[in-house]
Parts: sequence; C-alpha cells; structure tokens
Amino acid sequence: MQQEFKQSIDKALHNANLTGALGKFSEAYKVNRAKAYEGIDFEALRTTIAGLKGYAASHLEELSDQFQKNAEAKGAKVFRTNDPAKVREYILKVAQENGVRSVVKSKSMATEEIHLNPYLEKAGIEVGETDLGEWIIQLAGQTPSHMVMPAIHMTKEEVADLFSKEVDERLASDIPRLVKVARNELRPKFLKADMGISGGNMAVAETGSIALVTNEGNARLVTSLPKIHIAVVGIEKLVAKFSDIGPILKALPRSATAQLLTSYVSIISGPTPNSDGSMKDLHIILMDNRRSEMAADPMFKEAMQCIRCASCLNVCPIFRLVGGHVFGKVYTGGIGTILTAWYDELKSSEDIQGLCIQCGACKDVCPGKIDIPGLIMELRRRLVKEQGVPLLQKSIYAVVNNRRLFHSMLRAASVAGKPFSKGTKFIRHLPMFLAELTDGRSLPAIAAKPFRDVFKTIEQPKGLKEKAVFYGGCLIDFAYPEMGVALVKILNRAGIEVLFPEGQTCCGAPARYNGAYETAAGNAADNIEALLAEPADYVISACPTCTVALDHEFIVTFESLGRKKLLPQARELAAKTIDFSTLVKKLVDEGRLSLKEGQQLGAITYHDSCHLKRTLKADQAPRQLLAQAGYELTEMFECDTCCGMGGSYSLKLPEISAPILQRKLKNIKDTGAPVVAMDCPGCVMQIRGGMDQDGAAVRVRHTVELIADQLKD
Amino acid sequence: MFNQFKTRAEGVSAEVHRFSTPAEALDFLVGFVRAEGVADQPGQYGVFADCPFLAAVDRQQLEAVAGMSFAVTREQAAGAKVGISQLDWALADTGTLVQDATAVDKRLVSTLPTIHVALIATSGLRADMPAWLAEIKPESANYIAMITGPSRTADIERVLTIGVHGPERLVIVFIDQLGGTH
Repeated sequence: MQQEFKQSIDKALHNANLTGALGKFSEAYKVNRAKAYEGIDFEALRTTIAGLKGYAASHLEELSDQFQKNAEAKGAKVFRTNDPAKVREYILKVAQENGVRSVVKSKSMATEEIHLNPYLEKAGIEVGETDLGEWIIQLAGQTPSHMVMPAIHMTKEEVADLFSKEVDERLASDIPRLVKVARNELRPKFLKADMGISGGNMAVAETGSIALVTNEGNARLVTSLPKIHIAVVGIEKLVAKFSDIGPILKALPRSATAQLLTSYVSIISGPTPNSDGSMKDLHIILMDNRRSEMAADPMFKEAMQCIRCASCLNVCPIFRLVGGHVFGKVYTGGIGTILTAWYDELKSSEDIQGLCIQCGACKDVCPGKIDIPGLIMELRRRLVKEQGVPLLQKSIYAVVNNRRLFHSMLRAASVAGKPFSKGTKFIRHLPMFLAELTDGRSLPAIAAKPFRDVFKTIEQPKGLKEKAVFYGGCLIDFAYPEMGVALVKILNRAGIEVLFPEGQTCCGAPARYNGAYETAAGNAADNIEALLAEPADYVISACPTCTVALDHEFIVTFESLGRKKLLPQARELAAKTIDFSTLVKKLVDEGRLSLKEGQQLGAITYHDSCHLKRTLKADQAPRQLLAQAGYELTEMFECDTCCGMGGSYSLKLPEISAPILQRKLKNIKDTGAPVVAMDCPGCVMQIRGGMDQDGAAVRVRHTVELIADQLKD
Repeated sequence: MFNQFKTRAEGVSAEVHRFSTPAEALDFLVGFVRAEGVADQPGQYGVFADCPFLAAVDRQQLEAVAGMSFAVTREQAAGAKVGISQLDWALADTGTLVQDATAVDKRLVSTLPTIHVALIATSGLRADMPAWLAEIKPESANYIAMITGPSRTADIERVLTIGVHGPERLVIVFIDQLGGTH
C-alpha cells in the first residue's frame, strides 16, 4: 500500500469529528432505514429495480437513441458523448454563445466527475453550488466525502467559520441560523443566474424526461429561474419506461435518507416558459465516460444497476471510521471503489479496494441488488492479473499451502514469542514492526500439537453408521485444536464417525481475498481431491469462511478462471458441505442428539460472523441450539456487524481493524452477558484477543465448545 | 385515503386543513393571509397562481387584501411571504402533492415565498405513486412537480432543518366540492 494512502487513513482515524459524526449517523441510519421500509417487500422491490436497470444497461444505445428522439421532439437539445472534455466544452460553448456570466448548480455527481466547476471558472464564469452541502465544500475547497451528504465530515463550527468569512460577519454555530444564512446568500445568486446546471436521477427513454430528486428545493429553482438549463446525466441513469420511475422513487429516498419521499421530485419532459414569456433553452447531455464499456463487461454490468443512494456507504463498518476522503476521488465507499476503477482507471482502485473487509453488509441493503463485495473481489483479481502477486505474499502462500511447514513455522514463532505469551494462551505483545498486530488484541498462542496430530489420538466408537469428513481450517488446526476435539465428540454422540483427511490444505480464502485466484484454484483442487477421497455423508466445517470456500467459492474461482475440468467435483463437494451449527441443529431436531435437560446456563450474547449470516444465511441455527442447551439469549447492538478480523485484513490494516473491534467489544459488554458465542474461529481469535487486552470478564466461545459441554450422557 | 394522507403529510411537517366548499376555503385563505401580515411591501407580498379555484370563488375578497397579486412576476414572488397555488393530485401513502407545473407562475409561488399554501380538490387523492403513474401523460406536462412537506436539509451535522431554499411552511388545503379536474 502507498505510504500516502496509509497516511490519509491515519489522518481520518484521528479526526474525532469525522468518526463521531459518521458513527452516530450510521447507527441512526440502520434504524431509520428499517422503519422507512416497513410494510415493503424489499427483496421484491430490488429485484424489480435490478431488472429494469439491468435491461437499460443492456440496451444503452437503443435507449439513448430513443431518449434523444423523444426529448428533441419536445424541444430539448440532446448532446451525447463519451468524452468528459467534450461535455465541458459543450457547456462552455452554450454559456459563451449566450453571454452567460453566472451559473447556479444543483447537486450533480456527474459534473463532479468531470471537474466542471474549475473549468468554467477558469473561463471567467461564476459558478455557484446551491445544494447546502455542496456549497459548504465549495467554500472549503474540498471534494464531497459522501454521495448524498457531501459535507457530512464537517462540524457546525467549521461551517460557521466558512460562512463567517463569506458574509464577513462573525456567526455562531447555530444550525438553523446557518441554514438561514445560506438561504439569504444564495437567493440573489439564483435570481441573477443566467444558466442553471443540474444532474438527473433518472432519464426516461420512452418520454425523453429527466427526474430530479431533492430535499432543499434548489433543483426547482435551478431549473425554473435561469433561462438556460443544462442537465448532465450519466447514461447509467437511463430507464426504458415512464412507469420505471415508480420503483426507483420508492427505494431511492428510503435507502438514501430513510425518507418515504424527498421533499421535491421534478420530472422535466421538455422546455417550459420562463417568467418573461420566452421559452427555456433546455440542453440534456447524455454522458458515457466509460459507462458503456462497463455495461459490456459481463461482471461489471451489474454496477450499472446503482441508483446512487449511498446506502453501501452508510452500512459500511470501514466507511464510518474513515469517511469518504481517503477514497481520493469523486465517488466514495463500496460502489465508489468500483466506479473509480472504471470512470478513472483500474489502477486508481489499487489502494482503495483494499479497504473492503468483505463483510457483505452493503450487499444486503443495495436496492440495485449489486454484489458490491463480489465486484471488489473481481477488481482485486484483475489488479493481480495485471500487476502480479507481490513477492512477499507469494512466499506466504507457499508456506500456507504446506501444512507441516506452516505449523512448524507458526509454532516456532510462538515459542520464540514465549516471553511475550507469559505462559498464557495469548501472545500479548510482539516486538518492533509486528507490534501493531497485537495493538488492542492478543494473538492466540500456537498449539503445541496441531489438530491433525491430536485427531490421531482420539478413539472414536466403532460401528457408527454415518461418516462426516471434517474440514478443519488453519485456525482450528493450529490454534484451537480443542474446537476440533469438541466437534468430534458431538458428532460421535449422534452416531457419526469423523474422518480427517491429511491431504486437506488451506481453503484458499487468504489468496482469493487478495486477488490471487491462481493460488486459490490450486488450494481448491488439492482440497477437492482430499475431501472427496473417501465416501462420506457430510463435509462439515466449524469455520464459516472455510465453509463458504467449500460451498461456493471453489466453484466461483474455477468459473472466473475458465477452468471447467474440476467443476463437477467442486459441485459434488458443495452439495455435501454443511456448517457446524446447521448440521447439529438438524441432528438435535431429528432426535439423534440429546442435550442435557432443564439446564439454566444464564445469559449469553451471540455475535454473527459475516460469512455465516450473509452468505450461508445460517444465523438462526446457532441461536436456537444455544437456547435449547439452556442459555438465555440477550442480543447485542449491531450483532451482525463485522468484528474487524477479515482474515488477513487485520494484518494489513490493523489501524482500521482495531477500532471496529473496540466497538464490538463495547456492544458485547453492554449486554452484561458473561459469555459471547460465535461460530467462527477467526472471530474468536479477534474477539477473545480483544477481551484479553480489555480485561473484561467475558468468556468468548465457539458454539461448538459450548454445545459439547451440554451433551446428555 | 385523506386520513392516511394527513398522517403522512403531518409526519413531514406539513399542515393539513380540509373544507367542504370553495367558499369556506376562501374564508380560511383571507384570514390566513391577513394573519400572516401580507401587505404591499417587499418581503410581505402575497402571490396567487392562476387556477380553477379562483374561477370558482369571489376573488374580490382576496383582491381587497393589500399586497396580494394574481398576475405573478418573479420579483413579486421573490418578495412574497405567502404563495398560493392549486395542485392536481395527492398521494396518500407518502403525503405527496403533485402538480402539472409547466406554467412558471405555479413554480414561482411554490418555491420563492416563505409559505406555500397548496389547494387541492379532495377528488385528486390517489392511493400511491403507481396509481398516479398509470394516469399521467408526461407528453402534456413538461414540468411535473411533486411536493412532500416543506423544504428541508440535514447537510450540517445531519440535523434536520426546515426551509433552506424553498418554503419554510407548507399549508395544504383540501376542498371537497372543488370537482371538475379529475
């Protein structure tokens, strides 16, 4: 990662105003969004939107033609171009031909994208942003930090300072008063402006209409007062039919600001009379700027379904810590990373794609049904393809894939780290450059004997009818073999013999999440061979990330590399794969496994691991199991928000991982429960290590350990 | 539908009134503009965009109020305390008013003044946006305006603040016996 980028992250993390404002906003957003969608079938709505936007993305040329024809028939002038420079030139030409001296703008990300303001200003034209947030950042000389709330990173005191300079009067930081100042300052600008420039939230091909969605009323003034109106619209805003406005207007305000509808929606379908009786000079610019290339890409076409609500920013555990400016460009957050890679260039996403922890929270709320984390993974893959895997990473993968070598190296490090682990199960401090890794979190000491060796010493009952292959994964194998022992005990009790094929290796997640798909495919092939070698009824894993690899990602990795040979076996493995809690819940329900009766084990809280909840959709099984065992579930705030582990993420960006963990620890402690359960050894490592340094008396357990203690004799 | 509309509109800080006849609504309007201090001075004008309601009532009562004007100019609208116009539809599920606002005076009186009074025939109520979309023909309306509550912003520290560029108050007046348009 670039030094400069690391520094911008550091700066953002130490900006208390920023993290405070974003943190509070994201907490309120979640609640308000849910309320705004009450009574609405969100899945059905977003399927409709994905369908109509997807249709538009595959008919861009046709819809652009139709839009142009219909809008021109109504008297608008339509200009189409792929080139941002031509957009700027066109606008300047219209301005100069009409003697325009001042322009008012309503909020438009498309004009931010092409840096229109400095261009017009250089030509001697006064440009005034009128959206309050945009005006604030214009005065501050900044770029928007959020697509919907451009100035969310600033405090009222900072705004008061800016406005004071503008009106040459010392203003207090009273928000209603500041808003009044903006109204009074901007009103004369509206009235004298010769040209209004807007964006467009939708462009309807069938009628040649553009729709503008705002709260402040500035777009109504921008499109009503000046005699010239230019709308700059990216072609991803095209929809085929007028009725398509309905579903988008239903989702956009709810997802963007948790409103049922914004204060104003304007649908413009041709020039209208000016107040002096003349007709409006209406120009609509349909801007491509690599959007049609994006639409032609079989994977990234999906990103054209974005309606620019920014909900992916609002639910992102990273965005709420670092804000928008670390993204460096116009578009920010999850979707912004993808748009930057296309509208700018792939290389521009090199650093920012690394910010994504792959928790999947954005995918769940996206009204355009875009697999944002999936597309960011694809960016990683393409970046690696273009630039190769860094040498250091390459050597790490080589070690990870050699299980014996990997364990002995970890063990050696762990023993060498003995002075640091002080006889506990933790490494609390690491020397020098490794210190950051134990900043706020202790690392687990490496087990003396890996699970693969412990397994050989377990005596299983003879003559069990069913067989399950156990896929251990790195953490259970090397750090938490006791979890594996607990799993064997539970399955044996249900009449299932456990097999542990020695040939199993890393699930490939570390390589895959870093874009090294070739390495991940090699891991997939080795594991398929090992896990399918002996006939078994199930392949079980107690690590959701590994489960997802076996269940989904081996297939996806092969498919994206175009390797068809092992696909049937990958599918066979996927069909057998099941996560620990889902299988054990099933065994209990079928009466094959009995838990102790009448136990009163007290309060417990449950942390949802990202892959278990959002990919495997298995968030209920562990809760029900724990309740059946006799625990009383007390839900924590944001139970399904990432713990900050994210595999190697916590190694690459420990400064971001640590505050995410702190928030999680607080939410756990706030429940007052003495135990927190989870289904992922990675989350256990993160949260147990965090609790150790925190010193709180909260036990951090994998569900497998808790259930193993409650089996009926 | 009216009750749902009222709940939703009030939920976004609009004020909702209902009268059975245009004459009763007229009485309300005359009282309202007087109470708001409409007068013949900049900042205190009243502006009324031409509409069917005006044809249905004795407008002399309003004309008698100093500072009220019916041929709306941009200067007058910019200096107005109260702007009045008639809207065409009301969407119950979001508390939204919809108008064919192609004529610029309709937009001037609903954007520039401090208070916007929106008259609406009760027969213009529709259940929701899809019901309205099925009826409308954008071919005949070059500027369709939807209004849901007064102008608002949350751009400074996400604190909801009413009245940034548009009206600070939205006063909605339903009139039952103002038929004809739908």
